[in-house]
Amino acid sequence: MSAALLRRPLAAIGRPVLAGLASVGRMAIFALQVLGHLVRPPFYLREFGHAIMTIGWYSLPVVGLTALFTGGALALQIYDGSSRFSAEAAVPSIVAIGMVRELGPVLGGLMVAARVASSIAAEIGTMKVTEQIDALVTLSTNPIKYLAVPRVLAATLTVPVLVAVGDSIGIMGGWLVGVNRLDFNSAAYLKNTIDFLEAADVASGIAKGAVFGFIVALMGCFYGMNSGRGAQGVGKATKLAVVASSVLILGSNYLLTEVFFSG
Amino acid sequence: MIELQDVHKAFGEKKVLRGVTLTVPKGESMVIIGGSGTGKSVTIKCILGLVKPDAGRILIDGQPVDRGDRDAFLARFGMLFQGAALFDSLTVWQNVAFRLLRGEQKRPKAEAREIAIEKLRRVGLKAETADLYPAELSGGMQKRVGLARAIAAEPEIIFFDEPTTGLDPIMAGVINDLIREIVVEMGATAITITHDMSSVRAIADDVAMLHDGVIQWVGPVAEMDGCDDPYVQQFINGRAEGPIEAVR
Repeated sequence: MSAALLRRPLAAIGRPVLAGLASVGRMAIFALQVLGHLVRPPFYLREFGHAIMTIGWYSLPVVGLTALFTGGALALQIYDGSSRFSAEAAVPSIVAIGMVRELGPVLGGLMVAARVASSIAAEIGTMKVTEQIDALVTLSTNPIKYLAVPRVLAATLTVPVLVAVGDSIGIMGGWLVGVNRLDFNSAAYLKNTIDFLEAADVASGIAKGAVFGFIVALMGCFYGMNSGRGAQGVGKATKLAVVASSVLILGSNYLLTEVFFSG
Repeated sequence: MIELQDVHKAFGEKKVLRGVTLTVPKGESMVIIGGSGTGKSVTIKCILGLVKPDAGRILIDGQPVDRGDRDAFLARFGMLFQGAALFDSLTVWQNVAFRLLRGEQKRPKAEAREIAIEKLRRVGLKAETADLYPAELSGGMQKRVGLARAIAAEPEIIFFDEPTTGLDPIMAGVINDLIREIVVEMGATAITITHDMSSVRAIADDVAMLHDGVIQWVGPVAEMDGCDDPYVQQFINGRAEGPIEAVR
């Protein structure tokens, strides 16, 4: 009796742990399948072009606006903090470094996760529940190759570009606030930004963008293809895709920062 | 010829197929009847390899379905899905010509479009529908497009999953007649799953009754009404009383 009572809470802990580990395993296998199909023909160029537009081009406004406001707020915050020890001159360089190393890729990645992982999961999930994925198989088309590979490749290539554009707009946001609100000289602000920014800062942020793009599209495709039945199943798949890609972006951001800048 | 030998499939605790054995001779039209949730769809998904059976063998012309070139195997099939399963992002003609626009059966775009329009005509749709998107079509038109897609690459074997579900009786009659005509004219082997008795009478050469995960009865459609199988009699006459529980 007491052994059975003891087993119940242990089972309650063990079940979700096992389910979580199984899910991680399935995710890893899915990632390997995507990578495997990436290098084997046929290649669906039309789907790839479409994914470039929907993932990259149409995400520009949201990433641009996020970067603009973040750059402006960052300038205000750093000015306020640095004025406490008379280091206001550091505002342009810290805004630039903060944007290109951290905030550009991370906030850009999170915005793309919200916009793209959700739409990919909902689209593929709906395709699954309406048997369109089964239809693809019966038409001799591998769903991973046709649906996942173009999206994952497009996101991996376009999110770094979005990050680069976001970095520039973020720095511009800081400059706008610096010049108009904090009385910086425009030319001095820009010179300070350029002088202190190193190529490695920009490159690390862009590399992070590629990893985040891969994560976002992979999670959208994975949860979409494993969607449960009906509207509730698609809703759950969409939620999980956004949550998983956001957490993985933040986790991998820490790891990448360790790799790029520790020591 | 399609042969299923003692096919079993369970999803978790739920045993859906408990030893399905069925033979469909080449060029025959077999209709599998049975209530909802009895494993009719799982049976054809097992044949197509969309679902892997737990036990048993499935042979097409004597060859096991799980061996050999999968693309070549699937190229022999056409399938009409219950909800038509048209790709929302593609136009009607691109849906119909899907197989002809990519892969081993790829043809020039203009030729693929021409074939798609011809197949659309065959199912009673005008050429103007070719450039519409599936969402712009009624349920009956979507089924016809699904049918056109299933026959576009002239398959040897065609599956129809609940072809008349959700259609009004007149449209259901039109689809039934089309299926019958197409199967006869192409000489294809066909398996239809349905619980619509008007479909059975219009489409079938042979009928198989699936219940409790096994084939309860199989025979020519002409013998269906006169057979003494209690499952078949309860099902075709729509009686609440009988060996099949009304609430499953």
